[in-house]
This record gives sequence, C-alpha cells and structure tokens, in this order.
Amino acid sequence: MDTINLSSDAPELHVLAVDDSNVDRKVIEKLLRISSFKVTVVESGSRALQYLGLDQEKKSPRFDDLKVNLIMTDYSMPGMTGFELLKKIKNSSTFRDIPVVIMSSENSLIRIDRCLEEGAEDYLLKPVKLSDLKRLKDSILKSGSEHTGQILTRNRKHKPSDCLDLSPSSPQQEQTKRARL
Amino acid sequence: MERNQMHRQIANTRKLMFDQGYLDEQFIQLEELQDGSNPNFVEEVVTLYYRDSARFLSNLDQALEKRPLDFSKLDNLMHQFKGSSTSIGAKKVKTECTHFRNYCNARNAEGCKRTFQNVKKEYTTLRKKLEAYFQMSRQVGPVETAYASSVVVCTIRYDTIHSLHLNIIHSNLPLRRCAARSH
Repeated sequence: MDTINLSSDAPELHVLAVDDSNVDRKVIEKLLRISSFKVTVVESGSRALQYLGLDQEKKSPRFDDLKVNLIMTDYSMPGMTGFELLKKIKNSSTFRDIPVVIMSSENSLIRIDRCLEEGAEDYLLKPVKLSDLKRLKDSILKSGSEHTGQILTRNRKHKPSDCLDLSPSSPQQEQTKRARL
Repeated sequence: MERNQMHRQIANTRKLMFDQGYLDEQFIQLEELQDGSNPNFVEEVVTLYYRDSARFLSNLDQALEKRPLDFSKLDNLMHQFKGSSTSIGAKKVKTECTHFRNYCNARNAEGCKRTFQNVKKEYTTLRKKLEAYFQMSRQVGPVETAYASSVVVCTIRYDTIHSLHLNIIHSNLPLRRCAARSH
C-alpha cells in the first residue's frame, strides 16, 4: 500500500487504551475519537487482559468481534504496570502482533529502551497530543501485520548502534531511529 | 454592546491565566478537543480533575501525618496528582509538585511539608480562577448564529494563536473546531 486511505470507507482502527487516571482516560478517549479511532478504555492491565480474553484459560478470546488493532497503555499503574502488560501481550501467541504503545510522563532513556526492546511499537511522552496520534495512525496504517511482525522481531534481536551513543537525544529522535530499523 | 463586553472580559480572564503562568499549552490542547458534539468537554475534564485532586490531596495530608514519613508512598501519591495536573495544563501546580517530589527523593521531611502547602495553595488559586472562568462562560451561554458569525468574521486576527482561540471559543459554534484546526 503506497498511499494511506483515510477515507470514510476505511475501517476504523480499534484501540484499547489502558490508564488508571480518570482524567487521563477521559482525555485519551477524546483524543482517539477525534482521530477517528474506535475506542475502548479500561482502568488497569488486568481489565485489559480480561477484555482481550487473555486472563481466562478456559474461555477462548472473542477475537473476531472485538479485534483490537492497537493497545495504548500508561506505564505507571498500580498492580500491573504498563511494562508488565506489554510483556504479557508480547508473550501471547494470539496477541503478540498487536502493536503496543507505552504512554509515560517520565522522559527516561533507560525506560524507553526497555520498552522498545520488549517490543513496544512506540513510547509517547504524556500528555499525549493529537499530533502523536496522527503520527501513530499513519505508521500503523502503513505497516500490514506481517511488516509489524518483522519490525518487532528486529527490535528484540537487534542492538541498534545508537545505544552506544551517549549524547542526549529526545524520545522522538529515539523513536525515529527505531522506526528506521 | 454588553454581550461583546462580556465576551471580551471572558477572553481577558482566560488570557490572564496563561500570561500569569497558571495554565500552559495543554489546556489549549483540551480546548481543541471541544466541539459541538461535546461543548463542555474542558469543563468536564476540569471537574473530574477537582474530584480526583480532592482524593489525592487528602491522601497526601494523611500520609504527611505519619511518623516516620514514607517517602516512597508520598512520592507515588504526588506522582499521580502531578499527572492529572499536567493533563489539564495546571502549570504552577505541576511545578510545585516537582519541588515536592525532589524533597521526597532527598528524604527531606521539612521540605516536603513546606512544598505541600505551596501545592495546595496553587491548586486552590487555580481552581478559583477556573471556576470563575467557566461560570462566566456559562452565563454568556450559546450565542445566536447570525450574531456569532459576525463576531467571528469581524474579530478574527491571525497575528497570534491566542487571539484566534479567544474569539472563536466564545462564539460557541461548531465552526470553532474547523477554524482552530486551520492553524
């Protein structure tokens, strides 16, 4: 797909957003709706797993009717952190191909690196902006599921040379570097 | 015209909150999310913020009574409060939260207690200003379309983004979102 089809004919991407903050949930939901995503918002990692059907071994995930195209999760949450949720999803054979984006107020390169190494699609600094979502949407639409799988595998195995670069760089720069892998 | 005066007063009140550093760019982000389908979005978010803040501040008050202080718990509580404050653009509140967390990291009890008073003071000040601002906005209410269009057409200036926002927000038109996006 060379061009991104953003016409009203294109199916809406379904995002599962996870955040323990009431205020942030309300804002992210609005941001996502305005960016023409279909949105489901939950307040914790365990609720997110429940929604996906991952928590119950007996029940098979209701994959077809609630196909989730993207998961966006806050990093710091009580109970299960966003990082732990990311790991659980990436370790699931059914859901590992769903891109997971971490949202955090902490601009920590160590944390960003950990998340990307664990397979996160992106790491957004809070507060998340409309422009962040636009960029995210473009990149999700551009990559088909096969391509996303390749990127994730490369992220895990490949030690990017810029890890050795000790000069400060913004998370956006880190993300752009990662996207080029 | 009295309505015009009220519009100007509301616009000035809003501008002052930015100029005096009470609000930052994030508040504008919220305003940009408000539209005809959800004309009270910003006020709803801010009201939710007050509700959550009451809980966070009360928990912090209690935690600061304990001896010895649990700095890790204090930091965690403040992290959450700082998060919501950041999400609504509460600039001065956010700054005081950062000072508090720095004192937590330094395990400085006096510093924590002192800055917490500042956090509460800034929160109370901002809340009063926002409540007054939203109350004024509600009093003016939705404006007739014909009048509103003339207000928007005559008073749009493209020299600063704030001017553009000020005029459009108080016309309460769905037009607001399209025009706001044009920058």
